[in-house]
Amino acid sequence: MSAVWTTVVVLCIATASMKAIGPVSFGGRRLSGRAASVIGLVAPALLASLVVYETFNTDGPGIALDARLVGLAAAGAALALKRSMLVVVTVAAVATALARAIA
Amino acid sequence: MAQHSSVRAGVRAALPLGPPTFLLGASFGVLARPVMGWLAPIVMSVVVFSGAAQFAALSVLAAGGAAGAAILAGVLMNARWLPMGFAIGPSLPGGALARAAQAQAIVDASFVMASRGDGTFDRGLLLGATAVQTVAWWTGTALGVLVGPALPDPKKLGLDAIFPAFYLALLVAEARGRRALLAAAVGAAVTAALMPFAPVGLPIIAACVGALVGLRRT
Repeated sequence: MSAVWTTVVVLCIATASMKAIGPVSFGGRRLSGRAASVIGLVAPALLASLVVYETFNTDGPGIALDARLVGLAAAGAALALKRSMLVVVTVAAVATALARAIA
Repeated sequence: MAQHSSVRAGVRAALPLGPPTFLLGASFGVLARPVMGWLAPIVMSVVVFSGAAQFAALSVLAAGGAAGAAILAGVLMNARWLPMGFAIGPSLPGGALARAAQAQAIVDASFVMASRGDGTFDRGLLLGATAVQTVAWWTGTALGVLVGPALPDPKKLGLDAIFPAFYLALLVAEARGRRALLAAAVGAAVTAALMPFAPVGLPIIAACVGALVGLRRT
């Protein structure tokens, strides 16, 4: 099998397994108060992490400062103006494309 | 336990996620076509269905890396499903097999929309939001693969900036209250601190420790 198809097949199996392990071992339980308040905060911690990661990531370890930062700032401005998701991501893409065209 | 929304309500609530997911799928298709051919990117979007992992694996393959390295990059990116699965598990009903099947609906935006903030998750929102993104991701990838050769580099169009903007919009919509904002700040700081040297994916998994601010007394 080629490298491409090996990657597709193994990633499929690995991803499905990683998604299933938690729910299979902890289904339908009641949570203690402390566990519940921690679990309720996974979503914001994860989202903020993804914002940082997707703005600065490179192909390996490291940080890249590039036009995505301009796009993120434009998205922040659109959010401050209470625009819809579609407007926010479009503004980010256009601002990034413009910054790259100028640079 | 709180009532679950219907899947239909989840679909309706998640419609705004469709267009950005479609555009991201299309940019994956465009970038993957010269590296993976036309069929493999579409199959990958169907069976792996994870933007971050697919882009990570693709960047390794595009640089001429071996399958092992591409798989490792994808697995590390997707390892965040482990803590997320443990978080959502108690909210999923049914036997082990049914829960494993429902767990396949865990993707970032759906996980976040379904999270009620009190440790429980709304299953209807999870399934409905994932249905919307599934359709958008698959059709976007297929379109990107088909028309890709006729398009300029997605980076020229700024499509790579859609990812952070998408997550920022979700964060603004979902992070309510001081503790959520504190968890977000810790998550962002941990990721930024680890990115310069930690392997791909790890800075995101480590950010889940931000949720531990939930142990503080209110």
